[in-house]
Amino acid sequence: MAKRSFLIPGVDKRLLIKDSLKAMPDVTRRRFIAGGASLGALTLLTGCDVIDSSSAETMLAKVSKFNDAVQAWMFNPDALAPTFPESAITKPFPFNAYYDLDDAPDIDGKDWKLEVRGLVDNKKSWTLDELYQLPQVTQITRHICVEGWSAIGSWTGTPMRDFLKLIGADTRAKYVWFQCADKDGYNSPLDMRSALHPQTQMTFKYANEILPRAYGFPMKIRVPTKLGFKNPKYVVSMEVTNDYKGGYWEDQGYNSFSGS
Amino acid sequence: MASLTVTDEQVGATPAKVIQPAWVRIMHWVNALAMILMILSGWQIYNASPLFGFTFPREYTLGGWLGGGLLWHFAAMWLLMINGLAYLVTGLATGRFRKKLLPITASGVLHDVRAALTFKLGHDDLTVYNYVQRLLYAGIIVVGVLIVLSGLAIWKPVQLYYLVMLFGDYPAARYVHFFCMAAICAFLVIHVLLALLVPKSLRAMIIGR
Repeated sequence: MAKRSFLIPGVDKRLLIKDSLKAMPDVTRRRFIAGGASLGALTLLTGCDVIDSSSAETMLAKVSKFNDAVQAWMFNPDALAPTFPESAITKPFPFNAYYDLDDAPDIDGKDWKLEVRGLVDNKKSWTLDELYQLPQVTQITRHICVEGWSAIGSWTGTPMRDFLKLIGADTRAKYVWFQCADKDGYNSPLDMRSALHPQTQMTFKYANEILPRAYGFPMKIRVPTKLGFKNPKYVVSMEVTNDYKGGYWEDQGYNSFSGS
Repeated sequence: MASLTVTDEQVGATPAKVIQPAWVRIMHWVNALAMILMILSGWQIYNASPLFGFTFPREYTLGGWLGGGLLWHFAAMWLLMINGLAYLVTGLATGRFRKKLLPITASGVLHDVRAALTFKLGHDDLTVYNYVQRLLYAGIIVVGVLIVLSGLAIWKPVQLYYLVMLFGDYPAARYVHFFCMAAICAFLVIHVLLALLVPKSLRAMIIGR
């Protein structure tokens, strides 16, 4: 099964990832044991061989999986993220990505189509005009970044659960997997229960204006019950699936559930 | 008095009675490990989005990058929480907290601080904590509870919204989490320094006597 459609056949995926990691600003990504002092402290205190960083990474990945399960268990589909008055909106709402604003996708709304794939009755692609016809709601919620900062913004769009119903999605499936137009192919899986959360939104507007390029034109998925990196921007396709297909940040070690 | 006879065991125990029971020693060192992992990985996370105009030096952070720091933090979290909870329950159930840490009086604390600053504070009887120790140990238990609660609040601000409300809002909970960490670090420095000044207290925490 092809995991990434943009992969060139015959290219070693692991080497490719290795290469792309080299290009990243922080070359130590995936080296979870870095730091001499901490390594020494660990070895002294535990007597364990933590020099073997791959075994520590395996252990951490296992605990992270366990934490996924705990968070899914804790997740209450009826618990709403706090909403705020307009006066609480953070101005300006920060642009945030793993690239500069200049490198953000510059999408022509006329050419763009949202591709719908996987376990759905109606696999048709949607134009922006068609999506704009859907009933929309506005919500002012806090975006919480994995880094710890947060900002309050006003988001307008169609509740994801209404759209899933409209396309006849199998809501017993495990994930809705998004692919985006960001450079290096951003993608992210969203667990179905979070996708069905009443505040999870296909967002078309920010502050009552057409979603600017900085925040993910033409469509961003706003999930107030998740950390920011699980809020895909510049979405080009969504797939309802039972397979865990990984994600841009998830594959590098961010906890996949990352619920808030 | 039921009996006036003394057993051999009691005689043998007199010169080196158990100061720190096994459960205290085990939980103390598990906590020490968990705390160090939490602090170093927490510094890694802090560096991703500093609250103040400084970051922690790379060499004293754990995880290599933000994702690694988070993995460590959310792994060691279980160790800290389970051990801490067991410590609180045992400490309260056995009456150890009450016997060792109470009462804490203002005059007692003042007296012992003065004595400590003039190097007149005795440590002959390690089974009795002086007022400075009582205040520090009771205080750090409160800080420990606060850092866990504020940590849970910023980990799950939607699901645990009532914890966020306890601290005001999400950014406030982050500051509380930070200042609790700073308090724990300050405690650690004093605690380790005092343990080194009175080595028999360190011995008691390792072998119990």
